[in-house]
Amino acid sequence: VTAGPDPEAADVVVIGAGVVGAAIARELSRYQITVVLADAANDVGTGTTKANTAILHTGFDAVPGSLESRLLRRGSALLTDYARRAGIPVERTGALLVAWTAEQEQALPSIMERAQQNGYHAVRQIPVAELYQREPHLGPGALAALEIPDESVICPWTTPLAYATEAVRAGVRLMLGTRVTGAQAQGGRGALTGHVLSTTRGTIRARWVVNAAGLHSDRVDAMLGGDGGFTIRPRRGELIVFDKLARPLLSSILLPVPTAQSKGVLVAPTVYGNVLLGPTAQDIDDRGDTSTTANGLASLTEAGRRIMPLLLEEEVTATYAGLRAATEHRDYQIRVDAARRYACAAGIRSTGLSASLGIAEHLAELMGDAGLELRPRNGSAAPPLMPYIGQAGTRPYQDAGMIAADPDYGRIVCHCERVTCGEIRDALASTVPPADLDGLRRRTRVQNGRCQGFYCAATVAALMAERAAGGPAAATGQQVTAGRPA
Amino acid sequence: MNVDVLIVGAGPAGLAAAAELRRLAAGQVLVADREQQPGGVPRHSAHTGYGTRDLHRVLTGPAYARRYAAAATAAGAEIRAGTTVTGWAGNGRATLTGPSGIETVSARAVLLATGCRERPRPARLVPGDRPTGVMTTGELQQRVYLHGERLPGRALVVGAEHVSFSAVVTLAHAGADVVALVTELPRQQSYAAFALAALARWRVPVWTSTALRRVDGRDRLTAVDVADVRTGAVRRVECDTLVFTGDWIPDHELARAAGIAIDPGTRGPAVDTSLETSARNVFAAGNLVHAAETADVAALDGVHAARHIAAALRCREPAAAPGAPDHASGPPYRVPLAVEPPLAWISPNAIRFNASAGAGPPCRAPTSPPGTDPPGAPPTSSPDAGAALSPGAVPVPPPRGRFLLRSHVFQHRATLEVHQGNRVLARQRARLIPGRPVHLDAAWLARVRPSGGLVLVALAHG
Repeated sequence: VTAGPDPEAADVVVIGAGVVGAAIARELSRYQITVVLADAANDVGTGTTKANTAILHTGFDAVPGSLESRLLRRGSALLTDYARRAGIPVERTGALLVAWTAEQEQALPSIMERAQQNGYHAVRQIPVAELYQREPHLGPGALAALEIPDESVICPWTTPLAYATEAVRAGVRLMLGTRVTGAQAQGGRGALTGHVLSTTRGTIRARWVVNAAGLHSDRVDAMLGGDGGFTIRPRRGELIVFDKLARPLLSSILLPVPTAQSKGVLVAPTVYGNVLLGPTAQDIDDRGDTSTTANGLASLTEAGRRIMPLLLEEEVTATYAGLRAATEHRDYQIRVDAARRYACAAGIRSTGLSASLGIAEHLAELMGDAGLELRPRNGSAAPPLMPYIGQAGTRPYQDAGMIAADPDYGRIVCHCERVTCGEIRDALASTVPPADLDGLRRRTRVQNGRCQGFYCAATVAALMAERAAGGPAAATGQQVTAGRPA
Repeated sequence: MNVDVLIVGAGPAGLAAAAELRRLAAGQVLVADREQQPGGVPRHSAHTGYGTRDLHRVLTGPAYARRYAAAATAAGAEIRAGTTVTGWAGNGRATLTGPSGIETVSARAVLLATGCRERPRPARLVPGDRPTGVMTTGELQQRVYLHGERLPGRALVVGAEHVSFSAVVTLAHAGADVVALVTELPRQQSYAAFALAALARWRVPVWTSTALRRVDGRDRLTAVDVADVRTGAVRRVECDTLVFTGDWIPDHELARAAGIAIDPGTRGPAVDTSLETSARNVFAAGNLVHAAETADVAALDGVHAARHIAAALRCREPAAAPGAPDHASGPPYRVPLAVEPPLAWISPNAIRFNASAGAGPPCRAPTSPPGTDPPGAPPTSSPDAGAALSPGAVPVPPPRGRFLLRSHVFQHRATLEVHQGNRVLARQRARLIPGRPVHLDAAWLARVRPSGGLVLVALAHG
């Protein structure tokens, strides 16, 4: 343990490259500091980030006065703008919050009141006749509904990739496959100068540590001598994705009215053109258990049959489960300890995607106040233009100009999602390339369609093997390091 | 580009139709297929047994695929592989995408021959983890036969129908040790000889009345839970590969995109005995309308559809612009056909009546292509809505002179009864095995009254 400035240390290491950690790294990359973004997994956004309901929330129903309410509102506005500039698929479908019981109906005025308190004023009650006019396939028995016109759906995979891409291009060192196993403070108590993190890929030295470790944030907090004010209790949510042929069945996000008994199940379009049904909510102990269960799937199909009977007539394309990093607290656990040079962004249960840019902005501000010198870099930061994988805009296979310039954009490999050879090639050669098939799926949607690989899995596997064996992707994949920072 | 016939899908049905259309001088025929090579599923079915009914010889899948592709090309059809029909541009125009660009093709008639696929694991709602090592037979065959992959370790096959035994053969070829085939049904559904041969050669047991309950493995597949459906007893089976076989669903996306009516039983486009869909001059053939039959059955469908397409084009009024809708004539005259449970479906789904008899399919009115019929048009038209029926109207026989059915249940000696109202048109003995074809001879068609309403096929009681 040495005192004094360490020339080899980064200014900040962010632990956790989920949507929140990636947003923080991106935010910090705009300043004249050196930043490392480390994650135990082999890709960004593989924890809570990758498996959620993919909704860009307005925050109309947050707890008024909470940090979550404020950052959600701010983050949502920032992300709406960022997504437009970065080409992240977003569709402003609006949401309809549907009451099916008298109890739920009675809750609507307080939900409207809450939206007002959260500074969101566009909620209005709509007549049941209008509800059925707008959603003719809604199951019978709806009693009342609120319209939240600004709720949107977003691509939860492109978002953290865009943040990480921007960060890496601005000089952030992305260290994947790097699990933090221990931490040691440098300098004496009261005169702490930095941290030495032991990881599965060597040590990382940094003056500041940001804990954005999501499901593991309480353990990282303990490692860094945090105040231990929270414990992660994973809450599993199972979801069912229906075939794209179901997409015309609905136009808005159909939200449930939360009651004391249940938070309820939503039905929502996805930006890829599927329909999502879920989530369940089950507190579990295992932080890695993203398995679906017979009971969970059965409860979803039962709820789905009530909300939209015709939905259940369509094929299921995928089922999955995500773990939300819930704590014993209702609000975010965001704090900065100047003396210990430690920042924590935890307990971001299910609004992390929507609030990510707000959280990052807030945390950077707190760190600046705590003594981290934040001098803006020269030149203006611009978001990267991400490959477009949504259904509302134009994909490469639909773009005659792109195909004319490069016939690989006319070579459709994945027929269900119409992913072309050109897109796969681009993803493999991108700034933050995929480490495996799942990573490629998140970047291109390859094999995420209805056949789940019946037609293209073998071809895609061969393409990946070919590139791994020395194709163009292997040559450009060095921008992401898996090792010790210099 | 303008063609006379656009065929979507270069599998056995599409290629056989292309060759037949050219033989009948039906004009310019374009076959588009999204795969890099024509041939369809047989391309990656390395086992033998192809061609018995149509070519009267026994070939391997790839040889069969090559033969049909060569025949279609030799007959003068243009096959465009690596080309996807991505949708309809209205008025019978289809949008094609390939490496050479995006093109709109106008066709006077369209044949959908997009085949079928196996229902993958998510669609079967099997709970558990999402590890690698879980696949369908289609994926397995392509991995092994097209890309030469090896699959060492223990494998479990879900299903016990023909394709399941085919998966056993493929797995053995790839070096896997097949633990068992599992089926929730009380017995296997393949031909006894085929099953016995496979079981004897590779010593693979069939676990009947057994359901797959859970898949385990955070990264790679490690094990599954299977349950005895009678006792509920669950046991764990370690394995490295899990293959979901059978449980076919038609690839009906393009049909639905065109607003073509879907048969609730087959889940493919509803077709009449001429294989025409609810959209005029749009036909459907092969495993898109009966998932899944053997390749030769699909090919003979293609020939059948080609003859009716050729007739439709031959009779078209020369003055009509290609693809233009024609409102002068009503929909064709059809009598709906359905089954009662425990029968699952029947294909085709309606009996077509043509105005006159004669050698070959008769002339009929020009019809409108996809995109011009309202979405959700009924699969069959009521006699009132139909064209006026001439006194000499004759029913069009289905492909191969028989209807295809499926059953949900095993029944060794069943009697199929064909009704129209109170009249029994025919009785036929049948052996019912889920997933296996039941053939219903169409000799009773002459007894169908065009105005008599729905024809229903049910099991005779007692």
